[in-house]
Amino acid sequence: MSFEESPAASGPQIVDDVPAGGRPILDMRDVAITFTTGSGSLHAVRKADLTIMPGETVAIVGESGSGKSTTALAAIGLLPGNGRVSAGQILLDGEDVAHAPERRMIELRGNTIGMVPQDPMSNLNPVWRIGYQVRETLRANGRPDGPADVARVLAEAGLPDAQRRARQYPHEFSGGMRQRALIAIALSCSPKLLIADEPTSALDVTVQRRILDHLETMTSELGTSVLLITHDLGLAAERADKVVVMYRGRVVESGPSLELLRNPLHPYTQRLVAKAPSLASRRIQVAKEAGLESGELLTPSAEAVEKAAEKAEATTAEAIEAEEVPAAAVPEAPSDDVLVIEDLTKVFRLRTGLGRGTDFTAVDGVSFRVQRGTTTALVGESGSGKSTVAQMVLQLLAPTSGRIVFDGIDTAGLDRRQLFAFRRRVQPIFQDPYGSLDPMYNIYRTIEEPLRTHRIGDRATRELKVRELLDQVALPQSAMQRYPNELSGGQRQRVAVARALALDPEVIICDEAVSALDVLVQAQVLNLLAELQERLGLTYLFITHDLAVVRQIADHVCVMEKGRLVETGTTDRVFDSPEKDYTRALLDAIPGGKLLLPPEVL
Amino acid sequence: MIRYIVRRLLQVIPVFLGTTLLVYFMVFALPGDPIAALFGDRQPPQSVIDALRAQYNLDQPFIVQYGIFLKNLFTLNLGVDFTQQPIAATLARIFPVTAMLAVEALAIQAIFGVAFGLVAGLRRGKLFDSTVLVASLVVIAVPTFVLGFVFQLVFGVYLGWAKPTVGAQAGWGDLLLPAVVLGLVSFAYVLRLTRASVTENMNADYVRTATAKGLSRPRVVLAHILRNSMIPVVTYLGANLGGLMGGAIVTEGIFNVPGVGNKLYQATLRGEGPTIVAIVSILVLVFVLANLLVDLLYAWLDPRIRYEA
Repeated sequence: MSFEESPAASGPQIVDDVPAGGRPILDMRDVAITFTTGSGSLHAVRKADLTIMPGETVAIVGESGSGKSTTALAAIGLLPGNGRVSAGQILLDGEDVAHAPERRMIELRGNTIGMVPQDPMSNLNPVWRIGYQVRETLRANGRPDGPADVARVLAEAGLPDAQRRARQYPHEFSGGMRQRALIAIALSCSPKLLIADEPTSALDVTVQRRILDHLETMTSELGTSVLLITHDLGLAAERADKVVVMYRGRVVESGPSLELLRNPLHPYTQRLVAKAPSLASRRIQVAKEAGLESGELLTPSAEAVEKAAEKAEATTAEAIEAEEVPAAAVPEAPSDDVLVIEDLTKVFRLRTGLGRGTDFTAVDGVSFRVQRGTTTALVGESGSGKSTVAQMVLQLLAPTSGRIVFDGIDTAGLDRRQLFAFRRRVQPIFQDPYGSLDPMYNIYRTIEEPLRTHRIGDRATRELKVRELLDQVALPQSAMQRYPNELSGGQRQRVAVARALALDPEVIICDEAVSALDVLVQAQVLNLLAELQERLGLTYLFITHDLAVVRQIADHVCVMEKGRLVETGTTDRVFDSPEKDYTRALLDAIPGGKLLLPPEVL
Repeated sequence: MIRYIVRRLLQVIPVFLGTTLLVYFMVFALPGDPIAALFGDRQPPQSVIDALRAQYNLDQPFIVQYGIFLKNLFTLNLGVDFTQQPIAATLARIFPVTAMLAVEALAIQAIFGVAFGLVAGLRRGKLFDSTVLVASLVVIAVPTFVLGFVFQLVFGVYLGWAKPTVGAQAGWGDLLLPAVVLGLVSFAYVLRLTRASVTENMNADYVRTATAKGLSRPRVVLAHILRNSMIPVVTYLGANLGGLMGGAIVTEGIFNVPGVGNKLYQATLRGEGPTIVAIVSILVLVFVLANLLVDLLYAWLDPRIRYEA
């Protein structure tokens, strides 16, 4: 690859083979990274090539375990203790740092190469004030480190009221503010190269967008090159000049972003492009009914799009008809609305001091209906109250006021026995498949537990049921004896699905059920959920912040902002002609959403 | 914060009443007559016995005795022990000695335990780490009285580095050898606790970020690994302070240290209720204050912890 458009070289010394346009800020040649483990050597990265010119943004895209973070960590000399660069060169501004002594790396870090880490929650030391953590960076790199300098650095990263903020601790910051602080720290000593390792994947889409915009402005002002690590192809395409795709430790494809996105050559890249959830995706089930194979789902041919659109229109019409039935006409009758939420409100009392407190209205007069056999998505940013609604529907939290009517029965009046029966019919799937499965229970016990709790069947029939459930979620029966830590994220989420299905529920509440998964795995789980819905007539209430997922799975969307329902409607209506600015902002914030639209749709 | 401290100090009152009552009852229930024991084989006249009983209120029912004790306590009159020594003077003599011993032992544990634990944690699996782990296991396994006698013999008698016994006028230097013995077991625990905590924290994300910022290794270790690792260690050390003040009976016995442990042991043998309860009362206060101190240190070490009144 050669890049003619690169700006002139900045450094005075010239290395042996400088490309015509100037010297790259980072040049990885044939890099291999090996981890020494108890059971031998693990080749995490093989033959990786990567060039970043001054001022350029390059993204490495790949799923977890593809070696993308490892490659980036090697450049800043932060490989874990058992990892080393076993072959190749890593030229940072012309200097080979693959085997540089630690003393040299300490000199380079901060002012030549910086890093914005992935998780803002765990990357600031909880025991030091934010200002202190900025100041020690400035001091270590020989920059002026007075209070005014600290405040300036924080203000540049877009933290309002920086002087006061500098005196606060990380736990007093929101996720977005912490990430701004981390960006401030990383850029405080104007490095030539910034490694941004999934810098916003832990944040809300709208916050994500603001932070990435700000990062872009800052790095272009400073002339900093950026190495962006992400699993999100859309985000990479939108933010980077060049994209490098890694798969199982190898660079499988690289090139200018749009070109690579429009015309992927490697089969893995093609799959990645195809599965990337975006505004272009169609409702999985709708598409299927239109006679599409799931493989071609997300890269619809013009014809298929038409078909799907027709079908969607039909469902929209039906839905509108259904909505037009006056609610008062069929009160309490076992209607098609399996779940009716009326004027639901939850007020938390926050303690501000002794005997004092302020009321915080987390959910404010929310009403919506969920039709049997359909999927309703509840979307919003964190803090919008969507999870609180889910918890109240699951009867894990008592509402302050309002009604939750399940299958014609007001859930407020349930006694213990009725509540037990209710739980059998409404089951949750939670976000974190790592946290929601008991690590001490094997898979069999995990899935069998609800059956035993509800005293269903005997040992033999329960085992039969577990085997059947594993089949339903496409897990091998041999998985029964394994433990959660032996399974991948996608497999764990399948286990969570199987556990939720064990009691043959009617309604499943999915609280961010696929948010923690890689794109391809996410697509698999969503397909599974859609398939199960079709087969078992399940009703889903999907809580998510990810609108791209909503597009794929939901019939109806309820958009929440600050505890209130701001917009509801069929998925197509909300996506095609959002009424509220907030909804539009959410849609606009989907990274690369527009880029991924096939040309004919644009 | 002030409210929190006040509330914690008010909690001392019920704890104090409960423990003293319990200790008083246990002393009362001890078998044998303490007055008879005073005279050994000789049989004193009944009038003398009665006078002594009246002096120490032993002729009163248990609960009255306790009431008298409380009343005297509030008037700061601790009375005299069976040898007619004022108890207040005894306390003033023994507590400083034990406090010196405890401070020395605590310093040894804290300084060496944390230092060794830090290095072992940073070099996990290396020679230093393995050696220190095995050595600490040996220290934990060997009973204090064995360690005490061995150290007394080796360092006190054969090598002559320290006085084998302390005696009446105890100075900081005299107490060093007993302090080492006293602190050794907890030193091993502090070491292991620090090591485990360091091992966990050195892989934390914020440590990697600190390195990525360009900080030098010593800075990363001190400001980001060690500081965060101190939280469980401080809890242990604080809880241990109370134990050091009261539980040095074996060590004080071996090295003949005229401190609290020694006195408490003798008083218990003699069934000297007033002395025992007076010592225990002070120990209760020490324990409660040490725990409060730990909680305050905790909040200082980890700003996420905030106490509500």
